[in-house]
Order: sequence, then C-alpha cells, then structure tokens
Amino acid sequence: MSADSHAVAPHGAEPAFRQHHFINAEQQFSTSKLGMWLLLATEILMFGGLFVGYGLMQGVYPEAWVAGHHHLDRPLGALNTVFLLVSSYTMVMAVHYASTSNKAKTLLNLFLTIGFAAGFLVVKYFEYSHKFHDGLLPGRYFTYHGGGPPQQAMFFGFYFCMTGLHGIHVVIGMGLIAWIMMRTARGEFSSEYYTPVDLVGLYWHLVDLIWIYLFPLLYLVS
Amino acid sequence: MSEHVHSSSPRIYLVILAVLLMLTVITVGAAYVNFGPFNLVIAVLIATTKATLVALFFMHLRHDPPINAIVFVSSLIFLGLFLLFPLIDIQSRDRVIPNGLRMQSPPPAAAKQAPAAAPAAGEHAPAH
Repeated sequence: MSADSHAVAPHGAEPAFRQHHFINAEQQFSTSKLGMWLLLATEILMFGGLFVGYGLMQGVYPEAWVAGHHHLDRPLGALNTVFLLVSSYTMVMAVHYASTSNKAKTLLNLFLTIGFAAGFLVVKYFEYSHKFHDGLLPGRYFTYHGGGPPQQAMFFGFYFCMTGLHGIHVVIGMGLIAWIMMRTARGEFSSEYYTPVDLVGLYWHLVDLIWIYLFPLLYLVS
Repeated sequence: MSEHVHSSSPRIYLVILAVLLMLTVITVGAAYVNFGPFNLVIAVLIATTKATLVALFFMHLRHDPPINAIVFVSSLIFLGLFLLFPLIDIQSRDRVIPNGLRMQSPPPAAAKQAPAAAPAAGEHAPAH
C-alpha cells in the first residue's frame, strides 16, 4: 500500500494513487490483494500448528479433553460466534460502501464492526476471568481442585494459546479498522481507490474464519 | 478499479449472514445430541461449510482472479499434510510401544491425596 492518494486524480488522468511500478490501477489492486492472501496463508499455517497439536493430543488424552471442554461455556462461545459473524457482515458492507464512495455508510459499518469486536473481547474477558478464578490454567499453573484427569492442564494450555492468539488478532484487527476509519473520514478512499479497506476486510474475515473452527473444536466436540 | 466486481447487491451478503447464523444454531444444537464418532465429523463439516461461504462471498473469492483462491487452497492442502503425517505416526505408534505416548500416571494413592502433584505431572506432558 502507498502513502498515497491524498489527491484524487481528475477524471480521465492517471490516478495519483498509482505507483509507478504498476501498469495500471487494476494491476496495483490485484497485486495488493495477492500479497494480502499470501499473508493470510501464513496466518492459516501459524494457527494450523496449534490446531494440529490440539487434534493430536485429543487423540492421546480423549478423557482429559472431554473433562476440559465441560468447563467451557457453550452459550458464551455461541454468543461470540454471532458477534464475529455479524461483524464480518458489517465489514463486507463497509467494503461495499467504500467501493461505491458512500463515506457515511462506510464509517457507520466500520464503527459497528469495531463495536462487535469489542463485544467479543468483553465476553472473552468474562470467560478468562472465570477460568483464572477456578485455576483452570495451563501446565503447572493448573490449580483446579474439582477433580478430573491431570492432563486437563494440557487442554487449557491449548485453549489459552489458541483463543489468546486469536484474541490478539481481534485486537490488531480493531486497530486496523480504526486506522481505516480515520483515513475514510479524511476522504482518502473512493470507488477509484479503496484497497486498504478491502485488505483490512480480508484480514477481518480471516479472524472470523479461524473462530468458525475454534468454536466447535474447543466448545462443542466432546 | 474493480468497482464492477463488488457490485453484487448487498442483499446477497445479508442472505449469507442469515445462513451462517442458521448453521451456528445447527452446530450448537447438534452438540447436544450424541452421534458417537460422528460428532467431530459433523462439527467440522458445518464449520467448513461456513468457512467456504465466508471465503467465497465475504472475501470475494467468487469474483477474484483464481490466483487468490489457489494461494488459499494451497495453504489448506499443506495444513492437511501437516496434520496427516503426525496423525499416521500417532495412530500407529501404539503397535510398537503400547501407551507409549501417554505420560506416566502418578501412583493412584499419590494422585488422590495430593492434587497438587497432578499439575506437576502435567508439565512433563506430551509425546515421548
């Protein structure tokens, strides 16, 4: 992405946001998008390591996994799923309105997206504090006295690593969306150029995509 | 730019959202029914349906140049390989060392009297 586009080009002229090493604006847009998809591929592989470890250890200690997931709150997990799905919808609407130069509705939808993301984090905060209170923590910090297989400590190791890494992505996403809101408010985007909105949208949908797998695997499967 | 590409009516996004929420309800509901070994299969199938909808519609893969989908699907193929080989290892290792993957359980008496011993054992976790 460029540090670009403060001036929108007059109609018909070469757009100001086009960087000289691209043939045209269309190629610049496609290239940026491909770069974003490559980043998302690395994200998938990073989370993939945790998913693979989680799946394998579930095979080795099935009873600890069943005991561990009984401590997770299904309604809260489902509520967070709804928050993220709706935020994905408002994000895609923001991209749509950015691509049709509707500044007010772009801002509104980006704001709603941040709102749902914040709701997700609030629910996560209550879930985490409940786990902390009960001593349902990873490894040697596991001090839960309610019984069950000791390997639950490993289950909660995976739980906190996976939801924690995902939570960090939610926070980063909120920061990116706030940045996009600022640039939208400054009038930097139009139907001619809205690449950053589109790319942040892709990132946000990936955060949603990962939660789509985290939720059933952590909360639902017994 | 690709203004025309995104010009699909915003109504389709609302339909997709409704389907995604419906699938969420179904997957939560299915979790309360015991399908035995199919619990995991059902949950992962529903999640994959949802992920496909998000990728195709919200992430615009449906209208994108195919290279983006190739990148995405490649990452999933490599993730599958990553899962496959350790899975073969773990599933077949029992034939060589029965229970070799599980950490040694503390003696039953110690485990009952001192729950603090359990987390200590938890540290020396996985696959040896």
